Amino acid sequence: MDNKIQMQLQCPMPKLDFDVITLGHGSGGLLTNRLLDSGVFDLLKNDLLDERHDGAFLNLEGRTAFTTDSFVISPIFFPNNNIGELAVNGTVNDLAMCGAIPKYLSLSFILEEGLTMKEFWEVLVSIKFACEKAGVQVVTGDTKVVEKGKGDKIFINTAGIGTVHPKANISIKNIQVGDSVIISGNVATHGIAIMSIREGLRFDTDIESDTQPLNHAVLALIEKFGTQIHLLKDPTRGGIASVLNEIARDTKLGIDLVQKNIPIDEQVEGACEILGLDPLYVANEGVFISIVDSSIAENYVQILQTLPEGKNAKIIGRMVENHPKQVLLQSNIGGKRVVNMPIGEQLPRIC
Amino acid sequence: MKYLSEYRNPEMVERYIEEIGKIATKNWTIMEVCGGQTHSLVKNGLLNLLPEKVQMVHGPGCPVCVTPINLIDKAVYLAEEKGVILCSFGDMLRVPGAKKSLLEAKASGADVRILYSPLEAVKLAKENPQKEVVFFAVGFETTAPANALSVIHAQREGLKNYSILTSHVLVPPAMEAVINDETAVIQGFLAAGHVCTIVGISEYYPIAEKYNIPIVVTGFEPVDLLQGIYMTVKQLEEGRNDLENQYSRVVKPEGNPEAIKVIEKVFQVCDREWRGIGTIPNSGYELRPEFAEFDANIKFSINIEKVEENKECIAGLVLKGVKKPHQCPQFGKKCTPLNPLGAPMVSSEGACAAYYHFSQISDSE
Repeated sequence: MDNKIQMQLQCPMPKLDFDVITLGHGSGGLLTNRLLDSGVFDLLKNDLLDERHDGAFLNLEGRTAFTTDSFVISPIFFPNNNIGELAVNGTVNDLAMCGAIPKYLSLSFILEEGLTMKEFWEVLVSIKFACEKAGVQVVTGDTKVVEKGKGDKIFINTAGIGTVHPKANISIKNIQVGDSVIISGNVATHGIAIMSIREGLRFDTDIESDTQPLNHAVLALIEKFGTQIHLLKDPTRGGIASVLNEIARDTKLGIDLVQKNIPIDEQVEGACEILGLDPLYVANEGVFISIVDSSIAENYVQILQTLPEGKNAKIIGRMVENHPKQVLLQSNIGGKRVVNMPIGEQLPRIC
Repeated sequence: MKYLSEYRNPEMVERYIEEIGKIATKNWTIMEVCGGQTHSLVKNGLLNLLPEKVQMVHGPGCPVCVTPINLIDKAVYLAEEKGVILCSFGDMLRVPGAKKSLLEAKASGADVRILYSPLEAVKLAKENPQKEVVFFAVGFETTAPANALSVIHAQREGLKNYSILTSHVLVPPAMEAVINDETAVIQGFLAAGHVCTIVGISEYYPIAEKYNIPIVVTGFEPVDLLQGIYMTVKQLEEGRNDLENQYSRVVKPEGNPEAIKVIEKVFQVCDREWRGIGTIPNSGYELRPEFAEFDANIKFSINIEKVEENKECIAGLVLKGVKKPHQCPQFGKKCTPLNPLGAPMVSSEGACAAYYHFSQISDSE
């Protein structure tokens, strides 16, 4: 059985005398305590959290990475997943991209009045699931409630701390001409999964979000390849086009991409065609881009492909001296085109 | 998916490029009418592969580009002042109106929704009986059947809170306007495949004959486009002016009779203003009088000033194929997708946006 379903069965919602979140649950008073005591603390239980102090006391050694991210996705539930797992994986992955071992998270909710306890509980169970999968602990948090109409069901902020792997040296300054650009898996899956259930765009598909923690795969690669990994990035909003454009801009180098090497699920590709979207600009959650020394590229991809997170890994391009600050794509039919920075959100076309 | 990969086959592309090079003995200028074709030509880098003798110019077939500024202002007005739920296709949202775009109206609190189908808007109207729902019905013949059907559905359901703000445009009159423009230099047309899927190809015979110009109904994939170009060049070289159908796997000569029936039931032909070009006689659809209650223009008193287009924008010349986007002094300078002076820089079908996004010319320096 799917671990996720198993966890939901193991963590049934406690019996409560309220069904929906109201303003009082964010007041800091009795109702807040009742909400938290209803099982939130039990669900995310660990020694640091159980102190229930204003903040957590941590003992960290060596270089430390620190990051934060906010999650405002709509709708909050999407195929096979929800905002809770996303909120953990997002921050875990940002730490992994620093070459760090994610350790502790903070977890802040902004709930909209009227959110049902059932929905909130489901999100909490997903958070627990994601934390266990990534091997991190929630050690401090906060809950606020805003009036109906002032939020969108639930907003989550997570911050995360991790210790940098001693063999890691991730920096854009390490990138050199000739470096290989590697993607760990299929592009555009998450964005299309979300789009498939948005109001007005609904279409039938079994595409699921690819959100997953990437820290285990990344750390295995760092352990093996160390400083030959020059940069790691997770191409979330704006897709791989945005991330690669940022890299080209900051290194003042060019990037040559080969379209036929960019892995994409056939259904996702079809959906992009129908919606008039360019998959290079569609959001990802469970993939990362690596810029590595070209001497290790083949080996790196082979190892990545043996890991569950990297089955579809491919070398998709390389850093070049020509056309500085520009990303060029060799199209499947032999033409070349510029891949620009996206302007804003991609909007579906008329026809 | 099979149709996708087959019509994107690199070997076929190479072969057609070679064949076009072989048969072209003179310089020819061909217009692809549809913005989707422009987009595909540029995105796939085909313009750089074609022999120099064959010049492609880009036509007016971008519905977002030719929707008059006045209509955008009306849509914004309805959303902001009349409190309606304003539904639109996605790429209309960023097009600048006189004061703001629909996206900006949305940001300041107006209820603007992106939909894929006008039938979704009818559903919204049903679910929100206390609100007025307006669908921004733009597009060529391609989107007309769905828009017409939404009105029929709304009528059948007895909905009193649904209407459409329509600015439908028609391809054949626009092609004639382009040919008649004294500055135009077009010798052959790739007609818009999707439009012909709906209305068929019969309207194009008289144009080919009257103006002695070859017309090839063409699809949108790289191999489609090159086949269409090949067929047009062949006609030109042989001195023929025929109507041919490259896109026969999709386009039937008679079009889609059911769709035509729906269009004719709901719409009638009218004169229409084209953004950047001006009014073209008999070049649009409006709702028939018996559907007046679904006409947002009639239903709401819309009081807005008529404004002038930005004088620095040469969109009209670009849409008629007289100028290429990068020949505009403002291209990539004052006018970018972030700060567009005109609509062709906004829509993904717009020639200026296509050049900006996919050509080597870039502002990255």
